Amino acid sequence: MTTQARDEIKIGGLGASRKRVEDNRFIRGKGNYVDDIVLPGMLHMEILRSPLAHARIVSIDTSKAWAIPGVRLVLTGEMMATRNLAWMPTLSYDTQAVLATDKVRFQGQEVACVIADDPYIAKDACEAIVVEYEALPVIVNPTQALADGAPLIRDDKENQHDNVVFDWEVGDRDGTERAFAQADLVSKLELHYPRSHPSPMECCGSIADFDRSTSKLTVYMTTQAPHIIRAAVALVAELPEHMIRIVSPDLGGGFGNKVPVYPGYVMSILASILLERPVKWIEDKTGNLISTGFARDIYLKGELALRKDGKILGVRMHTDSDHGAFFSDAQPSKFKIGLMHSAFSCYDIPSAHLTARGVYTNKAPGGVAYRCSFRVTEAMYFQERMVQAAADDLGMDQAEFRRRNFVRDDDFPHRTPFGFLTDSGQYGKCLQVGLEAIGYEDFLKQKEEAKSRGRLLGIGISTMTEPLGAGNSREYDILGIKMFDSAELRVHMTGKAILRTGAKTQGQGHETTWAQIVAHELGIPADDIVVEEGDTDTAPFGMGTYASRSTPVAGAAVAMVSRKVRAKARKLAAHLLEVSEEDIEWELGRFYVRSSPETGVSIQDCAYAAYSNMPDGMEPGLENVAYYDPPNLTWPFACYIATVEVDPQTGVWDVLRFVAVDDCGVRINPMVVEGQIMGGLTEAYAMASMQFITFDAQGNCIGSNYMDYLLPTAWETPGWELHEVVTPCPHHPIGAKGIGECATVGGPAAFVNAVLDAIKDTGVRNIDMPLLPDRVYEAITQRHDVSGAPPVKMDDHD
Amino acid sequence: MSGLFEEIHEQPAADVPTRRVSITVNGDKRVAQVEPRLLLAHLLRQGLKLTGTHTGCDTTNCGACTVLFDGKPIKSCTMLAVQADGHEVTTVEGLAGASELHPIQEGFKDEHGLQCGFCTPGMMLAAKALLEENPDPTEDEVRWALSGNLCRCTGYQNIVKSVMWAAKKMQAQSAS
Repeated sequence: MTTQARDEIKIGGLGASRKRVEDNRFIRGKGNYVDDIVLPGMLHMEILRSPLAHARIVSIDTSKAWAIPGVRLVLTGEMMATRNLAWMPTLSYDTQAVLATDKVRFQGQEVACVIADDPYIAKDACEAIVVEYEALPVIVNPTQALADGAPLIRDDKENQHDNVVFDWEVGDRDGTERAFAQADLVSKLELHYPRSHPSPMECCGSIADFDRSTSKLTVYMTTQAPHIIRAAVALVAELPEHMIRIVSPDLGGGFGNKVPVYPGYVMSILASILLERPVKWIEDKTGNLISTGFARDIYLKGELALRKDGKILGVRMHTDSDHGAFFSDAQPSKFKIGLMHSAFSCYDIPSAHLTARGVYTNKAPGGVAYRCSFRVTEAMYFQERMVQAAADDLGMDQAEFRRRNFVRDDDFPHRTPFGFLTDSGQYGKCLQVGLEAIGYEDFLKQKEEAKSRGRLLGIGISTMTEPLGAGNSREYDILGIKMFDSAELRVHMTGKAILRTGAKTQGQGHETTWAQIVAHELGIPADDIVVEEGDTDTAPFGMGTYASRSTPVAGAAVAMVSRKVRAKARKLAAHLLEVSEEDIEWELGRFYVRSSPETGVSIQDCAYAAYSNMPDGMEPGLENVAYYDPPNLTWPFACYIATVEVDPQTGVWDVLRFVAVDDCGVRINPMVVEGQIMGGLTEAYAMASMQFITFDAQGNCIGSNYMDYLLPTAWETPGWELHEVVTPCPHHPIGAKGIGECATVGGPAAFVNAVLDAIKDTGVRNIDMPLLPDRVYEAITQRHDVSGAPPVKMDDHD
Repeated sequence: MSGLFEEIHEQPAADVPTRRVSITVNGDKRVAQVEPRLLLAHLLRQGLKLTGTHTGCDTTNCGACTVLFDGKPIKSCTMLAVQADGHEVTTVEGLAGASELHPIQEGFKDEHGLQCGFCTPGMMLAAKALLEENPDPTEDEVRWALSGNLCRCTGYQNIVKSVMWAAKKMQAQSAS
């Protein structure tokens, strides 16, 4: 057996652009998504949803549905209530209706469900259910929710006398006031970050399978966090935790949409318990778009206190966020508005103050972290729009203004304006790489030249650092459960291995990249390691995959468990080499005797010895488990630069070029990292340009299918030019940081800033996203800001 | 019947008509008795157990359910199974040969043209139809040909590269 050290790239270790192992099944059509699973005797569930946004339920007549052949069960809220399951707790300490009992509070809310022999019969039966509603006044935005005499949405809650979910503040109010008093100039901006839906290609679904003979409940479901679901089911359904098995099979994308617990899951579980047969629920696209985890929908009043030389002295923000009918934000921070106060973390600003108010409205529950860490997307969008407006107000170059306010490379660890601790960064370098890549000075000349010929070119910059990888258990938990993660590694006698983690890939490529970390730590070729996730009966406990937390937390656990295994292998090596452990050195894949480097044993030799030739008194086997609680968040940073051309005749804008410079520390698999960045940029472009879900005054969701909710295709999507800066994370075992959502977080402001730069001569300071051509056209021709949030008058209900 | 025994559902009510359809799927003739309202996508997935064809949006927008219908890409979520009677359908399961992958499948793996994999079967079939008609497409032609298929993960850039990779390989194959 060879005892030479391994070439890390050849064995698919750190830094190798290893082709993905999961692709082998996906390209053959052999993925295993929840709708692909068929269990013997399985029944099918469909949900009847409310057509009204706010209405009292007068009666529900299910008799015609029961009469349809093939119908096995019809559930209503009243029946759920007899089992104490009409309501369930949310992840934000609120309650949410599973099936409506008293009234419906948003269009698309679950009113009844049918379980039948096939999905067509179940759908027929849903249409046969007759529900009588008494319509109530509808609230679709915070202005209406906070108005005097506004109808009370959550009359189910004791002590809830208005539509306010929370009032919260953070920062230094007095210090910030003093900063504003000293300012030469105050730059103000009001913005709306519109509602958005993560909309993975695969909708949500579950198959609940309760086996009376063993009392075991198995649920196959679309979840990014199987262990959290197991805990939630144990709490909600009052089943013992060891009798619950959650299996998250292949997921057709998640983007935060598959973190929350949805009523459909709960209904399928109860139906399976009642019928003692497997019950499958597969949501349709409209159901997914109108009822599951929305994101954003938040209004900002922002102010920057500026000195004439371009120094930012203070920042003041107030947000009003629309949470829909139930406060079900799936976010683990102790902060009511998530990590909104991570805004301005890359800038050196002495004082900052944020007030945040959340309200209930008659819209689907919002607040899902859509490809971001709990309001970080909104925070960075607000930040970079405010920074751009401030530079313009000062008449200063936008790149120079950022440079003057960046935290310096030698000023770490750095306390951010709102109190986070950042540990590293090279923001100036990152911006410089971006400016050089785009050819900043040349573009400014081109722009002037184009203007003389009536063409509108613009350039927009967005620079930011964001906190990724929730969390550390001091500051983050979900329902009291701390935010750590785990990995379990078993090395077989032939040196092959299986690795399991409590994370859950949705396309990020864990099956490929986790093996690379093990290869890096142990020298076992990545191809010799199989990775498994998603089954709570086999995977060690973990908090799941969202908030770009897998590499920062689970990935760190993978490195740590590998090191534990290596520590034991070292003892086995000492035994095989007949020297003491202290006389042994490690190089990739091999232990050798320090005084005689040619004498060594491979990690595979050690593995075999663990099963066949262990020293006296040593426990056999070579496996371990590691739980990892990170000391801090990771702080990747980025610079995104867009150049655009706006057509003054139509308001249509095209992206000319887009340069992305990302620093996510050490890249485990550069190919996968770049894939994540390009996917994130496309979602940023989607939000900036077309992705739009809004509501009319009656609370009807406009954007309830892909004909109305536009996602960019290959045709519209710009080409992406990627660059990197590498600043290893100082506390992560392999120096890596999160990356999955940086581009979605930082990207949108670059597009918007670019379009506004192109039309700067009109004096327009803001157009709210999405920058639809009619909005841009209105801004150009009317020369005024275009708000995405026109106030809807209360009497519009009539 | 696929085995020695399978559960037979209750007969549909007498007033539900059914139709016999005969469809050549991936080269094999398959015969089924179906309700006229059954969608082709559902026949493929549930009836014929070809679960590589995914249903994403139910409204002909996302293209996850794209199959080749007499060689042309169609969205099987908005075609009735009875409309396919007498026709040829190719699904993702029919892309690879007995021993080797289709160059498009190789291209998607090589160029990292997929992440969650949900849109991939439809993308690959749309790409196959393009390359049969136009073996040497430009990047813009690839983008246009795939514009009926949505992907939420990749940002398309690597999908375009995957198809260009496949085009190159297929040209080299036909040249030799």
